[in-house]
Amino acid sequence: MVEFTLPKNSKVGKGKSHPAPDGATNTKTFRVYRWSADDGENPRMDSFTIDLDNCGAMVLDALIKIKDEVDATVTFRRSCREGVCGSCAMNIDGTNTLACTKAIADVKGDVKVYPLPHMQVVRDLVPDLNDAYAQLSAIEPWIKTESRPPDRERLQSPDERKELDGLYECILCFSCTTSCPSYWWNAERYLGPAILLQAYRWIVDSRDDHTGERLDALEDPFRLFRCHTIMNCTQTCPKNLNPAKAIAEIKKLMVQRQG
Amino acid sequence: MSLRTPIGRARGLGSAKSGLHHWWMERITAVALIPLTLWFVVALVGLTGADHATAVAWLQTPLNAILMLLLIVATFHHMQLGLQVMIEDYIHAEGLKITMVIVEKLASFGLAVACGVAVLKVSFGG
Repeated sequence: MVEFTLPKNSKVGKGKSHPAPDGATNTKTFRVYRWSADDGENPRMDSFTIDLDNCGAMVLDALIKIKDEVDATVTFRRSCREGVCGSCAMNIDGTNTLACTKAIADVKGDVKVYPLPHMQVVRDLVPDLNDAYAQLSAIEPWIKTESRPPDRERLQSPDERKELDGLYECILCFSCTTSCPSYWWNAERYLGPAILLQAYRWIVDSRDDHTGERLDALEDPFRLFRCHTIMNCTQTCPKNLNPAKAIAEIKKLMVQRQG
Repeated sequence: MSLRTPIGRARGLGSAKSGLHHWWMERITAVALIPLTLWFVVALVGLTGADHATAVAWLQTPLNAILMLLLIVATFHHMQLGLQVMIEDYIHAEGLKITMVIVEKLASFGLAVACGVAVLKVSFGG
């Protein structure tokens, strides 16, 4: 349900300020969202001014530096630090993206860092993605066939394989899904762009024999048709994929099969 | 607070196996409204400053009456479909949602009929 007033304890306050180290000349200030369930406090924005001459180029490098050198309680997910695991998705400078591929130099002024929007926060920059993962399970993202397993791999023509380009690269960081207003208002029923792109990845896979059943499962006013082509998903995708197009292709297949 | 599993919540009541028709009719009425609205605006501009008799005569030509009725059907059908989507987007209390959708559907249909009758009355010289 859309809510026009903030729930109790959600007003974000001003937090601690950590100045730049002595002698630093090339500095940048990071304003980081902080919240913990343990202390019963409202969320706050802590600011950390760091020495860029002694820091890697990406926002994730700065966060790791802050955690290592300034405040070890700053909490965030990260793993691969090269844009293939999807762990460090967060809202940086007003846009959902991966901290590890977002260059500090691309941000004008202070770097504001928030968790992915409109998800329950576990702590600081860590959102609760359990329901989003359950939605992924619900579309059954694995091959389903009616034929006997072949002795070797299941073959595709080069053209059939090409259909998966722009889909298989998705790392499920949920930057797109959490940028979507339709998902904000109806996350419990709308699948969201990341999951619908995954669904389409299996719908167009020439080796899968359950295309029709997959379309049946999606044909629903909420699961699929809450997409109103707002396009935030495509604009924000840190991998430059196009979930909005994948969703449109699903709708086109549904039109195609009805007449 | 619910102790239902995340996958149980995600699967929910299952697929409604509908929604395509609604979405498709939204597109078809939108396409119809492009030429109809352009025609209507051009016609209104053409009638600027005209007296009542001229306007009545204009609506009494069969082509104008037909296009007027088509404009009314497309507009109110499109409006009904769009308003329903907005209600479903934002209203989550089930009773209120159903009530608003019913009112919105009946009001759209009623307004369309009222507009249609007005056109017919003028065009048949009522």
